[in-house]
Amino acid sequence: MDLSFVAIQALNGLASASSLFITACGLTLVFGVTRIVNFAHGSLYMVGAFTAATLVPWMLELWFGPVSFWLGIVISALIVGLLGVVIEVLLLRRIYGAPELFQLLATFGIVLVLQDLVVQIFGPQDILGPRAPGLRAPVEILGRRFPSYELVLIAAGPAVLAAVWFVLRKTRFGTLIRAATQDREMVAALGVNQALLFTGTLFLGAFLAGLGGALQIPRVAANTGMDLSIIAECFVVTVVGGMGSVPGAFLAALIIGQLQAFGILIFPKSTLVVVFLLMAVVLAIRPYGFFGRPEILGGTHAVGIASRKPMARGTLLATIGIVLLACLPLIGDPYLLKVATEILVFALFAFSLQLLIGVGGLVSFGHAAFFGLGAYGSALTVKWLGAPMEAAFPAGLLLAALGAALIGAFVVRLSGIYLAMMTLAAAQILYAIAFQWVEVTGGDNGIVGVWPSNWVAGRSAYYLLTLALTVITVLFLKKIIESPFGYALRAARDSEPRAEAIGIAVRQQRWLAFILAGAGAGIAGSLYAFSRGSVDPSLLGIPTSVDALTMLLLGGIQTIAGPLAGSAVLHILRDQIMPLTSLWRLFLGLSIIGMVLVFPRGLVGTIRQWGEDRA
Amino acid sequence: MTPLLDIQGLSASYGRAQVLFDISLQLHPGEVVALIGRNGAGKTTTLKAILGLVIARAERLAFKGQSIAGLPTYRIARLGLGYVAEDRRIFTDLTVEENLEVGRQAQRAGRSPWSRERLFGLFPNLAEMRGRRGSQMSGGEQQMLAIARTLMGNPDAILLDEPSEGIAPVIVQAMAEVIRAMKAEGVAVLLSEQNWAFAAAIGDRACVIERGTIRFAGPMADFLADEALRAETLGV
Repeated sequence: MDLSFVAIQALNGLASASSLFITACGLTLVFGVTRIVNFAHGSLYMVGAFTAATLVPWMLELWFGPVSFWLGIVISALIVGLLGVVIEVLLLRRIYGAPELFQLLATFGIVLVLQDLVVQIFGPQDILGPRAPGLRAPVEILGRRFPSYELVLIAAGPAVLAAVWFVLRKTRFGTLIRAATQDREMVAALGVNQALLFTGTLFLGAFLAGLGGALQIPRVAANTGMDLSIIAECFVVTVVGGMGSVPGAFLAALIIGQLQAFGILIFPKSTLVVVFLLMAVVLAIRPYGFFGRPEILGGTHAVGIASRKPMARGTLLATIGIVLLACLPLIGDPYLLKVATEILVFALFAFSLQLLIGVGGLVSFGHAAFFGLGAYGSALTVKWLGAPMEAAFPAGLLLAALGAALIGAFVVRLSGIYLAMMTLAAAQILYAIAFQWVEVTGGDNGIVGVWPSNWVAGRSAYYLLTLALTVITVLFLKKIIESPFGYALRAARDSEPRAEAIGIAVRQQRWLAFILAGAGAGIAGSLYAFSRGSVDPSLLGIPTSVDALTMLLLGGIQTIAGPLAGSAVLHILRDQIMPLTSLWRLFLGLSIIGMVLVFPRGLVGTIRQWGEDRA
Repeated sequence: MTPLLDIQGLSASYGRAQVLFDISLQLHPGEVVALIGRNGAGKTTTLKAILGLVIARAERLAFKGQSIAGLPTYRIARLGLGYVAEDRRIFTDLTVEENLEVGRQAQRAGRSPWSRERLFGLFPNLAEMRGRRGSQMSGGEQQMLAIARTLMGNPDAILLDEPSEGIAPVIVQAMAEVIRAMKAEGVAVLLSEQNWAFAAAIGDRACVIERGTIRFAGPMADFLADEALRAETLGV
């Protein structure tokens, strides 16, 4: 490894740090003022890339030269900025007071909507933009060729930092933004129109996301997967730098850029692992990142499970329900059984998440991690050890529980929005590992041939096995929710300091909850793997996590039966609507947004509110 | 004379607990009214309800003859109703000058506008720490800054919540001077206080609030004369 190689790698790291910072800076600014983590920020980045990759060639047709190129980049970013304004006015403005779970879900709804809209507008193909006029020839650095466009990118990061610094420190708008970051109510009491301030902030944030995306076009083809990959990276940058801190984001991006550039030498496949380690170290020392502060947290959490009188004859009704479900194979329709098996699997998956969110108040946005670990744990045992299903199930459960113990160990130090972002980032890292470690996991194709043992090979038998395992796990988790341990979790959910003051070891309890919830999701994942006969990385993906959250939201997070009902409703809806339209994600996204807007406090919270208004 | 601020039948609740019952009070141009009461009597809630910071119902809630019930807080503030919060709520990340900048609003007709320099004349110690961050100021300095910041909005009336709380006695004296100076400029002040002696020193009229209801409203002299009332409502 000679000096020139090190220098080139360092420059590569700086170039990616710049791109990352420009995008993440917008996210952190928007969070600082609105306290909303805008999941759609990555989508704005993607729209910026697609817009620029379409607009810039057209502008170069008109007049070839650097001015057209750069003007095209800026216009693309401005268009994305306006899109940010539209999002603020139509949606965000209505959910500033909502619990963070709903804010995240609603902005994820935008992610889904924009995914379909981008395909509709720009087409499904990747679009590689033109190279910048005047920057086509590489420059020579220490005897090695280095793309000159990358040098411009390296300069762009600090330039944006300086510009943002100027706006924040030297303009009235910036002063107001910084004041609002600290105390929104007082800013309003001094006569400042917050709505305008927030809209302006969204414009600025979206503009930066669009700029970040537009600047990528000569390097990376605009593609429909870039929204979720950049948002995970941005989450890491903002969390490590400290939510709401622009210099923090810059520092974090610089470090992560270098880690990625040199991490390639250690882990050629997955540089994200190095990033993950950095994140673990930083958050272990500083739970709020470099320049973050504990008081700058997200909004409130949603109303969770509360004590209620047991329903009269509840046990009887539940028993009848289980018996009826057990009789389903008598109908003998294989398709129905397949759907019923999947509904049960996802009900179990959502139910295990309920333990974290409804009981623990821990908004995990990466629950797919444990579902996927369960599935992969089983599939890998089958593939590499030739083990039968009976041995693969415990292996899946164990891997999921271990994963939950590892991830849980440091996310329980966090709360609110930090926890949501970290769990999401952890799941994305597992996704990347499953995707990139082709020799072991089969990469994108996954692992096939994961079939159940002979005695449950039939659809009916496997359905009954799924039912039995689901019922046992749900009853076990229900018992836990209603035990002193469950009460301790709820106490910590409602007030962490008070729970600690009465002697509850909040972190340990939460850690245990993570392991239990992870194990539950792991069982669901194993069941799913054997029901399909295969696993693939999408099981670990963000959409899978969001499926579980949507089921919770649909069914209501305040009740134990909620996730079970939610799973059935979402599955049936999807089965009915997906064949009818190619715009399924658009439909789902709008539905999620609609749910959040109509029931910003959750179903039961809304009903309770009505009761109080009437009283 | 029509009151500058006219409150009639104001009630407010936190959840199911009602904390204000049928409050009525008036503030006339250029006068200082002291809202006196114990901790938890409802003083802060009254001020916040006027500004729409807590949800409240009122038969009439008007400023300069215009109803402000249900208006967004910033619109109420822009009509010329300033607010200095109990815990001061200085933007601690911002410097003194930047704090003042946040409070700046366009000047109102018929009043000489407050500028930074004019305020630095009134608060000489703030002038010496223009570049200092809010987090590095003492409680008394923060209180002065909070008032100066609100004056930057050129208000016709200020709701001043417990300005004497938690600051040194010598600063309390200075605070009284500041309130008199504001009054001299024609700014009306609705002052919430539990320190009745301080309130008596600067107030023209007194309103005594206890458990969310107004127990007494009248000239300050009458309040001072009524020892029984003081003993009952303030325990002094």
